[in-house]
Amino acid sequence: MKSPARFEAVVQGQGNPPGDFAVFKAALLREWRLQVRRRGDLLNPLVFFALVVVLFPLGISPTQEILAPVAPGVLWVAALLATLMSLDALFRPDLLDGSLEQTLVSGYPVAPLALAKVGVHWLLSGLPLVFLSPFLGVMLYLPWQAQGVLMLSLLLGSLALSLIGSIGAALTAGVGKSGVLMTLLVLPLYIPILIFGTGAMQAAIVGNPPGAHLALLGALVLLALSLSPWAIAAGLKIAVSGE
Amino acid sequence: MWKWLTTLYHRLGSPKWFYQITGRWLPWFAISALVLLSVGLVWGLVYAPMDYQQGNSFRIIYLHVPSAILAQSIYVMMAIAGVVLLVWKMKMADVVAQSMAPIGAGMTFMALATGAIWGVPTWGTWWMWDARLTSMLILFFLYLGLIALREALKPQEVAAKACALLAIVGVINIPIIKYSVDWWYTLHQPATFTLTQKPAMPASMWLPLLIMVLGFYALLGWSVLLRARAEVLLRERKSGWVRETLEKK
Amino acid sequence: MFEPPSAASAWLQVEQLACERDERRLFSDLSFSVSAGDMLQIEGPNGVGKTSLMRVLAGLLPAVEGRLLWQGEPLEDQWSEFYQATLFLGHLAGIKPELTTLENLSWYAAQEGETDEALLEQALAQVGLQGYEDQPAHQLSAGQKRRVALARLLITHKPFWLLDEPFTALDKAAVAALEQRMVAHTRAGGAVVLISHHALEGLPGLKKLVLQASVEEGR
Repeated sequence: MKSPARFEAVVQGQGNPPGDFAVFKAALLREWRLQVRRRGDLLNPLVFFALVVVLFPLGISPTQEILAPVAPGVLWVAALLATLMSLDALFRPDLLDGSLEQTLVSGYPVAPLALAKVGVHWLLSGLPLVFLSPFLGVMLYLPWQAQGVLMLSLLLGSLALSLIGSIGAALTAGVGKSGVLMTLLVLPLYIPILIFGTGAMQAAIVGNPPGAHLALLGALVLLALSLSPWAIAAGLKIAVSGE
Repeated sequence: MWKWLTTLYHRLGSPKWFYQITGRWLPWFAISALVLLSVGLVWGLVYAPMDYQQGNSFRIIYLHVPSAILAQSIYVMMAIAGVVLLVWKMKMADVVAQSMAPIGAGMTFMALATGAIWGVPTWGTWWMWDARLTSMLILFFLYLGLIALREALKPQEVAAKACALLAIVGVINIPIIKYSVDWWYTLHQPATFTLTQKPAMPASMWLPLLIMVLGFYALLGWSVLLRARAEVLLRERKSGWVRETLEKK
Repeated sequence: MFEPPSAASAWLQVEQLACERDERRLFSDLSFSVSAGDMLQIEGPNGVGKTSLMRVLAGLLPAVEGRLLWQGEPLEDQWSEFYQATLFLGHLAGIKPELTTLENLSWYAAQEGETDEALLEQALAQVGLQGYEDQPAHQLSAGQKRRVALARLLITHKPFWLLDEPFTALDKAAVAALEQRMVAHTRAGGAVVLISHHALEGLPGLKKLVLQASVEEGR
């Protein structure tokens, strides 16, 4: 098997490597195992999300007349910050232990492999956020008719938040303490998602159809899905070249 | 034509050539900036007619509008420089981008400050969540992010590429941000009087404005070249031609 | 000095390469080539740019000047073909602490289409990690992590190896085993480029490249 002829064939580009999709599946499995075993990293953003929401009744007022109107904004801002917190350490360990450079020299396209990582991360931290949100909504006196829209808008929005935030995580992977820096880079890019997400909920609260906002949010998700993997891959290559 | 373009590319890639040719451009930018700005300012502040609604306070547009225009176009220029750096690996593009970032942030701040001052006679308050001002504020944060990223990353080649990528990501996002902020504004406030959106300005008002905008661009060229030349000397301080240039002076 | 395109048989050809780090010129005008059966040892004092050279060869760091040819064609047009043939091991082992030893190895094996678990366990046993297959890698010592990475050399089909200090943190027996593995690989028609200060004299096919402040190419 390891004969000169065989080696020569590989060098000539006539080897028989597994297809991109097979490797993508292996990457998904690996990421799943990896991230499921970091329990603290999964739980902390959820606790952070709940804690930030709890601060508002304490800081403003616990009365329904004041909390109900600001509930969409509070929930969305908290979700935004929690997502940012959870993304901060997405790529740094990979850079520090060398698995990131191994991904770059694997010969497989980096963008889908990075997407596998971001996708698993969203599944384990974005999705739980969506399911936690209605409980916090109740605590903020969010009207019942807006609960469904809250979950739906967060479902779409958290995808876009993860995809865009990962660009910042890739760019700051080589920076030691990057929490604040990453926030500075990414938060301005989050503003459209915040506007359309809270817009959908406010429409639902006053009884208007939230469809237009949700459609715009969906369009943002599609745009982020098609562009950000390439930006993440480029950012990771830049980060590795700085090591 | 193609050959001419490739020679230009190779020359622009050379720090020495960049330094020499920009040395010749510098006085032209300086003179045109001084002339255009003084003509525009005197015309706009003294001779242009008074606005029938706002009186003399409208004259701040001769600072507000040019700085707002530059704030946006500098970001686009930085993104273009980023593409040039990442695709054609031209290092001078990064020197220009690095020199532009603080100027862009400064222009954005000036647009915000003049907007706030203008707000006092117009709205009776220093700050209004007007769609344009809000977009400008977000742009200001985008500039600060770029500057912070460059500060945080070492070595310099890595910082250059990372900033280039961030500027490109930002420039794709700016129209989306602008659109979403406009949408948000119309939802929360009935469209009232907005800054700078005036029906049919007479020529005596917009001509000095045009001159001011051109003057700001000349000023931008002048200050970017000054900063870029200093940066080139700093980055190339070990090469022979820098030492020769400095010894001559 | 500049070496004319010697033979079509050269796998990797490096022409007048220059490299900078933090605006400091590490080396310039570096030319050499690697062909089937070669074992090229890169030596030189600390800070001379050995690791940077290796990272340039692996495509992780851009070169300032010069060019790289793979199979006589510019490398920048055929990275994916190059990577299909190349195994790079850097300073860092690329081992995830959360995964078990076997899971770590199987990810790299999967990239080469190798899914036979018995083969992987055999490779781990050969590098002295029998019984550690299902241990999380964070329980391994630095040397053991290194061995997991080296186990990749036992299962790989890739002919071109780039190894940055592969002997670090290994005990004597493991060093001898790795030397043997490299000899077997070059005998079988593969090629190895490695950074090391170990005395490898006597190994068949050994060539040396000594990096100094001014670059010289030795035998």
